[in-house]
Amino acid sequence: MTAPALDDSPSAAAAGSPREGRRQRAATPHRSVTVKWSRFSYVFVSGYVLFALAFGVLPTLYAVFIAFLDNEGRFSGITNFTKVLADFRFWPAAAHVGLFLLVWLVALMVLVTLLALVVHGIGRRWLSSSLRFVYYIPGALAGASSVVLWLFVLNPTVSPVSAVLHAFGFETFVQTVSPGNLPVVFAVIAFWTGAGNWIIVMYGALNSIPDEVLEAARMDGAGAVRTALHIQLPMLRKWIAYMAVMSLAAGAQLFVEPRVLSQATHAVVPTDWSLNQLTYLYAFKQQDLNGSAAIAVLLLVASLAVSLFFVVRGGLFERD
Amino acid sequence: MTKPTTRAVRTRLSGVSVAAVAALLALTACTPGVSPTDGEAADSPFGFATAEQKADAPITVWVDASRQPAADAFAEAYPDIPIEVETYDGGADGSGSFQTKIQAFNQAGSGWPDVVFSTQNNDAAWASQGDDPFAAPLDQGYFDQSFLDGFTEGALAPLTVDGAVYGLRNDIAPTVTWYDESLMEKFGYEVPTTWEEYRELGLKVAEEHPGYIVGGIGDAFAEEIYFWGAKAPLSTVVDANTFSADASDPHATQMAEILDDLLDAGALAQEDVFSPDFVQKHSGKVLMLPGPAWFSGAIFNNPSSLDAKPGTIAVGAPLAWEGEEPAAGNVGGGTWFISQHSENLEAAKTFLEFVTSDERYQVDLAPGLPAYQDAADKWLARQAEDGFFAGDFAAALSSASTQVWDGWGYPRFSQEAVWNKTVTPKLAAGENLVDLLPEWETAIENEAQVNGYTIK
Repeated sequence: MTAPALDDSPSAAAAGSPREGRRQRAATPHRSVTVKWSRFSYVFVSGYVLFALAFGVLPTLYAVFIAFLDNEGRFSGITNFTKVLADFRFWPAAAHVGLFLLVWLVALMVLVTLLALVVHGIGRRWLSSSLRFVYYIPGALAGASSVVLWLFVLNPTVSPVSAVLHAFGFETFVQTVSPGNLPVVFAVIAFWTGAGNWIIVMYGALNSIPDEVLEAARMDGAGAVRTALHIQLPMLRKWIAYMAVMSLAAGAQLFVEPRVLSQATHAVVPTDWSLNQLTYLYAFKQQDLNGSAAIAVLLLVASLAVSLFFVVRGGLFERD
Repeated sequence: MTKPTTRAVRTRLSGVSVAAVAALLALTACTPGVSPTDGEAADSPFGFATAEQKADAPITVWVDASRQPAADAFAEAYPDIPIEVETYDGGADGSGSFQTKIQAFNQAGSGWPDVVFSTQNNDAAWASQGDDPFAAPLDQGYFDQSFLDGFTEGALAPLTVDGAVYGLRNDIAPTVTWYDESLMEKFGYEVPTTWEEYRELGLKVAEEHPGYIVGGIGDAFAEEIYFWGAKAPLSTVVDANTFSADASDPHATQMAEILDDLLDAGALAQEDVFSPDFVQKHSGKVLMLPGPAWFSGAIFNNPSSLDAKPGTIAVGAPLAWEGEEPAAGNVGGGTWFISQHSENLEAAKTFLEFVTSDERYQVDLAPGLPAYQDAADKWLARQAEDGFFAGDFAAALSSASTQVWDGWGYPRFSQEAVWNKTVTPKLAAGENLVDLLPEWETAIENEAQVNGYTIK
């Protein structure tokens, strides 16, 4: 897919070779390779497509379907939706997730971009690559195990950073995980786990900015800050939007972190803190799969709406 | 430039995806929800539809970490019965893991464990209900009535739904007044017998010997120690689908005031008793600790907890309101369930009889007061023989076990989870319990409503 774009790239133009001649030379082998590989591409893509259908699309359609049924399987209109919206746990849970997303997405967009720019700007190769490695390490811990680690970090009695917790006035674990702090606590955990991956993605994106463009900026007298603001950031716009959309989708489904923390704190962190915990309770405690599906559908609609904002604002589907 | 190719790819891709969808739909259509292999209910001598029995099928047993020794003792006593032991959190503090896992297996139509231990004694409320109830009724022909009659009076009440018994009690857990006899003597204090005296003593010790505590309020089950014991009507199960809670009752407000006063004075621990903080801060400084019978082995006579010196800790009767009879609260007391889906009911029965009544577990190893009367008598005698606890330990515990206030019911939701999410963080933030009472009552009522109760 990127091969044709190369033809118009500045490097091709700068090479100074006669364009017609180059194209003729490239034409024959280029096409046969593309055709051959495009067949293989189906094989590669098919795995994704099948899994996406089996575990993504079909369950979604099924959820939408049963969200409009009652527990006897009869069509029930919007009863399930009115029921979950009237549940005393729904709006607090929605507010919790909304706050968490706000804190987390803002932190992610600002800090990841900043850190990627800094790492990219470091001239020493070994320092830059070691930093990228260090950022990446926490990402290697899967969800639940990272929460277990955070159980210790957040407990002022055993925390290696207890001084920081004490500075915020937290003397006990219950104080650290009090309801008001939870959106920030989960955002910190999520940032710690996920930011490293995104820093590396952003680093890659920064590498894709042609040297000629940066060179030209430097020749025009732009320093590191101005280059970042006027060249790198606009060119990263799509990547930032991409990060926001992906993180939004993951964050709206927050489940493992509050679930584990809830068990570890003996329910001081409520069992119904996030919307996905609520769907879990509906499905497996109240035996109300239809209500559970209704919350899932609401979550989907809300996430799609916010994603659309990022897609449009970030120009994610625009072609260069 | 790229448009024609893209379009061609898209057309072909959509062809592929249509085929894939069709294939997947065909696949899903072939595998409808598998239903359990039910026997004929009418043919069953046990009062429920049994699965096809296999004499040598291994039984899967879920226990919490504290009940692992029970399963080990069984494996040693019955090497011929194959068991697979899995540990889980025991549903502690109302985590709901027992119920949610079982519902997931119900959806899947297979995978149920044969035997489950739960720390929550309100589990029968849901496990006995539904289209596909999990818990097997035990007194409809499955277990011998003479065995069931061997349990301490009232011990099986939380497990009895509509006249049938759906599980066995592992231990009984009335709340009593644990106190340090040596400290009481040293300070020259009288052991209180009423809540009013308890408050006075707490304030006195806070003033004369700061640092010593007379109780703890950081546990998920604090409401079962103090408010159940105070006969506060906050968990009234009127009938199967009606519930009421009244935090404005004088018993509730008076208890809240006492706890507020003691908290302000610094005479109550705010850490939960199982946290390292609690042990670190309060070891040797626990003058009194109202709490369940199982504090004996779990807290006092436990090297990794308070690790009290032999002969110092004694048990007092549950506290009473002035002019009223003493009433005990109750914190758990584990329960054992057998799955209706078990393929080896005989082995499951042998297991349950062993862990609830056999000396090799209940007398030799169990940390709390056995629910099976015969085992309880021997366990109490053993404790007296050990001489770890001061005073008349056996008499105090036995009488408390008959004093549990029956006005606090066993609803389908966890009071512990409601308390811990509504009250605990706010107490930690310095708020008054008295001010939190209305909020707590609303939270209980909300929880009852979403669990299908009508509020009266």
